[in-house]
Amino acid sequence: MNRTADAPAAGKLVLDSSGIDQKVRSLCQSILKEFSKELGKLAVVGIQTRGAHLARRIAQQLSEETGKPIPVGILDITLYRDDVHDIAEQPEVKETDLPFDIGDRPIVLIDDVLFSGRTVRSAMNALIDYGRPQCIRLAVLVDRGHRELPIGADYVGLALKTRIDDVVDVNLKEIDEEDSIRIRKYEERKAR
Amino acid sequence: MKLRYKDLLGLAPLTAEEIELILNTAVPFKKIFTRSIKKVPPLRGKTVALLFYEPSTRTRTSFELAAARLSADVLNLSVSSSSVQKGETLIDTALNLEAMKVDYIVLRHSVSGAPELLARGVRAHVVNAGDGNHEHPTQGLLDLYTIREKKKKIKGLTIAIIGDILHSRVARSNIWGLTKLGARVRLCGPATLVPPDMKTAFGNDIEVTYNMKEALEGADVAYVLRLQLERQQENLFPSLREYNEFYGLDAKKLSWAKKDCLVMHPGPMNRGVEISSEVADGPQSVILEQVTNGIAVRMAVLYLLAGSTGVMPAGSPAQFLAERKPL
Repeated sequence: MNRTADAPAAGKLVLDSSGIDQKVRSLCQSILKEFSKELGKLAVVGIQTRGAHLARRIAQQLSEETGKPIPVGILDITLYRDDVHDIAEQPEVKETDLPFDIGDRPIVLIDDVLFSGRTVRSAMNALIDYGRPQCIRLAVLVDRGHRELPIGADYVGLALKTRIDDVVDVNLKEIDEEDSIRIRKYEERKAR
Repeated sequence: MKLRYKDLLGLAPLTAEEIELILNTAVPFKKIFTRSIKKVPPLRGKTVALLFYEPSTRTRTSFELAAARLSADVLNLSVSSSSVQKGETLIDTALNLEAMKVDYIVLRHSVSGAPELLARGVRAHVVNAGDGNHEHPTQGLLDLYTIREKKKKIKGLTIAIIGDILHSRVARSNIWGLTKLGARVRLCGPATLVPPDMKTAFGNDIEVTYNMKEALEGADVAYVLRLQLERQQENLFPSLREYNEFYGLDAKKLSWAKKDCLVMHPGPMNRGVEISSEVADGPQSVILEQVTNGIAVRMAVLYLLAGSTGVMPAGSPAQFLAERKPL
């Protein structure tokens, strides 16, 4: 999460660029299947930072496929974290931009990695302060398990078995050098 | 990045990077005002005490709203009904607040240096809401924010600060902030109200002039200070009419500045004395936007202090009093 952009990619490759494209396509298909009758109201909201880039990709594909513009928003959850005063480095408060009324719309919340579930909890609280969506669904590129809250994703690109101390890096071309999913094992992380 | 000190005592102790961190953090906070729920949770369970030894409506209300919008609890202490009237010292009042587990003390005081005295004595975050003629850092920050929002930058701009520089803590905080961020500052007012040693105190990015035309020519911002009317009794200027004639900002004088020159004022205004209504309510005025931005900037300050590395000013309160130099 606190990884700096443009850091050289490290760790074992789990999924390359074409693999990510395919997972994004399959997420779009599942979203379309559920909301084919409500495309006029559907909106996607990405969680800063990499979730926001994924949301833009998904919204673009959905728009291309359906011929209807799908609005996209970005959500910063920093102020809603439950550990905001306990972490060593105070996270930067980034922009939230929801350029549409979320009330009575189906909202698909998008993030790169689902892990403890705490980010998603914060995101739902943040979202509800902007209005009352008709429903909220969760789409993630990677579900790596180890939940600490009763939260599950509705659409999952890749379910990945991990140890709790592994690090899963999702790299996206918009801010990283490549499109990839990489995993760093506990031992490698210690060595770095 | 985080702030170093546990307190905000002035803009003089901050680095340019710290000032920019506060301004950048205020941007997303300002966007919260346009939502239907104008409140976020990061200071839930924290308590902010507002301790004002001088009258204030704008600053107090602004801090109160900033704290409330961060979900903190606010304790409003009015000095006229508190133990101060019974002779309690400032430090004792603060220690009592601390014993009640208050996390922030926002202090306004007529004595320069009072917030620093307090900051050395308590663990709570102390925020200076104006001390004597020393500093008013959150006013300086909201002014910087407003200029940056309108002009998209601060570096290289020319800012004319006009009026009673001598007694103005607002001017001092602005000078520190503006020069640290690379602006050129011109100070202008009657010779009795502009200290001659400003260049020694603030360095060569400062120009001093007693002529409004010189101050305003090519200026990007005309910052008009409030004239404290009681200064006339001290014989610092002959009459309000004469002050207005030479230093009151009106449409004619404003026309000497750049066409898109911003008009700013920290409030409360004396219309017809230091500023004409035509200018104060005109298209170049951003005076009410300064007020809106004040809440966003104060939210950023309260939020960032919670995550600061927590450096306390060195030395005890007693030492501070013993070593105190005139500010």
